[in-house]
Amino acid sequence: MFFENINWSYVLILPLIGGALGGALVLVWWERRLLGFFQDRLGPNRVGWFGILQSLADAIKLITKDDWVPPFGDRALFILAPIIVAGAMLMAYAVLPLGPGLIIADSNIAILWILAMSSLAVYGVLLAGLASNNKYSLLGGLRSAAQMVTYEVFMGLSLLGVVMLTGSFSLRDVVHAQEDMWFCIPQCVGLVIFLIAGLAESHRLPFDLPEAEHELTAGFHTEYSGMKFALIMAAEYLSLILISALIVVLFFGGWLGPKFLPSEFLSGIVWYGLKVLIVINFFILLRAAIPRPRYDQLMSLGWKILLPLSLLNILITGAILLGTQ
Amino acid sequence: MTAELATENTALLDAPNVVRELTDRFGDQCQYQETVDGIPNVWINRNQITEVLQYLKHDAQDSFELMFDLSAIDERHRKFRADQPPSDFTVFYHLMSLSSDQDLRIKVPLRDEDSSVASVESIYPVANWYEREAFDMFGIQFEGHPNLRRILTPPLWEGHPLRKEHPARATEMDPFALPDEVQDAQQEALRFVPEEWGMSRSTKHTDFMFLNLGPNHPSVHGVFRIALQLDGEVIVQAVPDIGYHHRGQEKMAERQSWHTYIPYTDRIDYLGGVMNNFPYVMNVEKMAGIEVPPRAQVIRVMVSEMFRIASHLLFYGTFAQDVGQMSPVFYMFADRERLFSIVEAITGGRMHPSWFRIGGVCDDLPDGWYEMVTDFCDYMPARMDHYDTMALQNKILKNRTVGIGAYNTAEGLDWGITGPSLRATGHDWDLRKNRPYSSYDQFDFEIPTAVNGDCYDRCVVRVEEIRQSLRIIRQCADNMPEGPYKADHPLTTPPSKEFTMQHIETLIHHFLNVSWGPVIPPSESATLVEATKGWTSFYSISDGGTMAYRSRVRTPSFPALQQIPFISNGFMVPDLIAIIASIDFVMADVDR
Repeated sequence: MFFENINWSYVLILPLIGGALGGALVLVWWERRLLGFFQDRLGPNRVGWFGILQSLADAIKLITKDDWVPPFGDRALFILAPIIVAGAMLMAYAVLPLGPGLIIADSNIAILWILAMSSLAVYGVLLAGLASNNKYSLLGGLRSAAQMVTYEVFMGLSLLGVVMLTGSFSLRDVVHAQEDMWFCIPQCVGLVIFLIAGLAESHRLPFDLPEAEHELTAGFHTEYSGMKFALIMAAEYLSLILISALIVVLFFGGWLGPKFLPSEFLSGIVWYGLKVLIVINFFILLRAAIPRPRYDQLMSLGWKILLPLSLLNILITGAILLGTQ
Repeated sequence: MTAELATENTALLDAPNVVRELTDRFGDQCQYQETVDGIPNVWINRNQITEVLQYLKHDAQDSFELMFDLSAIDERHRKFRADQPPSDFTVFYHLMSLSSDQDLRIKVPLRDEDSSVASVESIYPVANWYEREAFDMFGIQFEGHPNLRRILTPPLWEGHPLRKEHPARATEMDPFALPDEVQDAQQEALRFVPEEWGMSRSTKHTDFMFLNLGPNHPSVHGVFRIALQLDGEVIVQAVPDIGYHHRGQEKMAERQSWHTYIPYTDRIDYLGGVMNNFPYVMNVEKMAGIEVPPRAQVIRVMVSEMFRIASHLLFYGTFAQDVGQMSPVFYMFADRERLFSIVEAITGGRMHPSWFRIGGVCDDLPDGWYEMVTDFCDYMPARMDHYDTMALQNKILKNRTVGIGAYNTAEGLDWGITGPSLRATGHDWDLRKNRPYSSYDQFDFEIPTAVNGDCYDRCVVRVEEIRQSLRIIRQCADNMPEGPYKADHPLTTPPSKEFTMQHIETLIHHFLNVSWGPVIPPSESATLVEATKGWTSFYSISDGGTMAYRSRVRTPSFPALQQIPFISNGFMVPDLIAIIASIDFVMADVDR
C-alpha cells in the first residue's frame, strides 16, 4: 500500500519547519524579555500574556509592509539573498536530531552537512551586502566574508575531536557515544572553540561585526525591510537555535540525562529541550555582558590563538586515542 | 588707522606685565583697555596680528599656549565705547597662559568697507574653525585661511547672521518660500565633491571609498556628519561637518532680556542643565556688581555637580555602548533618573531647570532635600565600583580604546581642548581649583588626571570625576550655609518676594526687572566655568540696555570636533566610533 512506502520521518518536515520558525519567533520575545531583566527594565510586556504575542505582532507588521527593493541595487540578488540565508539554515535542520529517533534524515555525514549549510548561509549575507549597493552594507558584507574565512576553518577543526572519539559523522552516533561520559569533559577545548566559532557563525554579539549597529548602522541588511528583513532575522535566530542544539548534541549528551539520575526521571526530549534552553540563555547573557572587539582583533584571535589551539586539540586527542587502543 | 590707534596710552602703569611687554615691543600702536572681568584687553593694528600672536605664543615671558576663543563684535550700533579705537567690526582673540594663570584679550579694529585680517591658523590650529565661524557670522575675511567657507549656516545662506542688520525673527523677514529652483540649487550646493573637502579620489594603486557618516548615524550623538575617505576600512582622511544643530544662540541673546535669556543657556549643553546657567549668571553679576550670598553659591555648586554626574554618567554609558557593550547604559540611565528626581524636587525641572537667577537661585531648597542628597551619595559609590568591573576593567573594552585617538598636552592646547579631555593627558588644570569661583575653594576634592590622553584615559578621568563630584555634593549638603538664597541688590531678578511686599523701592525694581528686564550698566565681561565637557565661557557686552549687545558663547565641544581628523587619520572606522564616543560632546554645545 501507499502508506507502507512512506518514510515516516518525512512527516516531521512540516512540524519541524513550523516549530523552528515558531521557536525563532518566541526566541525573539524571550531574548528581549531576558535582556530587559538583565538590564533593570521590563522588555516587551504589553501584547498578550507577558508580551509573548509581541513577536507575532511584529511579524504581522513585517509581512504587511511594502515590499521595497532599492532601485539602485541588484534586484535579483537582493531578493535571492534572504532566501539563501533562511533556506540554508532550514536545510541544516534536516539532519538535526530532536530526540531519540526523532530525526528527518539520519545521515552519516550529518556534521559535514550542517557545516556546509552554515557556510552557504554566509553567501546570503555576502550577496545581501553586495546587492544592496550601499556602502555600509558593503562593509558589512566584506567583514562577513573575512569572518567566514577565519571561523569556518577551525569550526570544522574543533569538531574533529568529537568525530575521532565517536568514529562517525552521524549525530545519532555522537549522542550514543556519550552514554558514559559527555564530550564536554574530554573535549573541553573543542567545546570552547566551537562555542566561539558558533557565535561568529550566527553573528551574535560580540561577533556581530557584519551588522555592528554602532559602526555600520545595520551592516549588510541596512537596505532590507518587510518580509525580506524578517527572513534575515528569522535566519539569525534559527542559527542561534541550531548552534545551541549542536552544542548540546555534540558536547552535552544530546537527549541523555545525567547518569546519576534514573533514566525514566525525565524523557529524552525534555532533557534535550532544557539543555538547549540553557545554552541559548547563555548566549543571550553573553550579549548583555560583552563589548564588541574590533574586527582585525577578532581575526587575529582566530588565526593566532584559536586555530593553533584546535590543531593541538586534534593532535592530543589523536595521541590519546592511539595510546589507549 | 595707525594714527587713530596711537592715541593716549594711559593707565599703563598698573597694567599687567604682558601688556607692558607688548607695548614695549610693538610700540605705541597698542592700546590698553580695562574690563570688569579683570582680563587685560590690548587693541592692536590689524597688520600686526600674526606678529603679536607669534610673539605671545613662542617668545613672551609667559607663553600663551591656549587660544581659548576667537570671534568678532559688530560695533556699528554700539553707543558706549569709552576710549576704544574706532571700529566697525572688532575681532577678538582670547588667549590663556595656563603656566602663569593669566588671560589676555587681543582686539583688532576693522572697517566695514575692508573687513579683513590675516589668518592666525598657522600659529594656533584651533583658530581654523573659529575664523570660519567669524566669517560665517560676520563676513570677516581672514587672509591666508586655507578653507574659508561657511561652517554653521548652509552654503547658500544670504547675509551674515550676527551682523546687526541681519533680521533675528521670522516676523522681520518676508514669508518663507521655497520655489523649486531654489530647492534644486540648495540641493546641488550640498552635492559631495571630494575635492572640495580636500580629498583625492585615488592614488596610483587604490581607489578610495567615500563614506558619509552622519548626520543621521547611531554613533554620532546627534546631527554630526563626518565625511570619510576610506582605504578598505582604514581612514585616510576624516573631515567633520557641523552646523546641523545651529539655532543662533548668540543672536537670541541680543533679542532676549538679560533675565529671559537664562532658559536658552540651559539648551546649549543640553546634558549640563544648570551648569550652563552658571557662567552666564556669574558674568551678568560681575557686570552688575552683585555679590551672591554664600548659601546661593553653595546651592549652585551642589546642583551643578549633580549635573556633572548626570552628564558623565550618560557619557560613560554611551561610551561603553559605542564599543558594543549593551548593558551599562541602561544601569546608568537608571542612576541618572535617581539624580533627576532629586533635581526635580529641588528645581521643579529635570534636564533644563533654568534655575539660576541673576543674583542667586530661583528658590530655597525644599524640605527633605538633605536626606535625598545624602541617600544618593551613599548609594552611588557602590554602583561606580560595579561599573568599574563591568566596563572599565573589561579586557575587550580596553583593547578597543587604549592607544586609540591619543594626543599629548601640547597638542591638546593647540587644538583648544579643555576640561577632562585635557586632564586625560596629565595636565591637572581645573578652573574649580586654579580659579575657584562660587566658593569652590572651600571644598576638599581632587583633580583626577591620566597619562596617555587616549580614549580610555578620557573615560577614566570622567569616571573619577563622578566620585569627586559626589564628595563635593556631600560636603555641600553637610555644610550648607544659612541665609538668603538671593542677593539683596536692585538688579537681582526677580528680587526677593518678602522685600517687595514691604518696600516700595524694591517693588518698583521688581516691576521694572520683570516687565522690562534689568538694565545692566555698560560693560564687557567674560566668565569661565569648568562645565561638564570642558570650559564654557560667556563673553557679554552690555550697551546699557535690557538686552546684551553681544553675547559670545564659547563651548568646549566645538574645538573638540575640529580635532577629530588630527587624532583619527590612519585608524579604522570602529576606532573612529570609539574616538567620537570618548570626546563627550553634544551637538547643541557645538553649533549653539
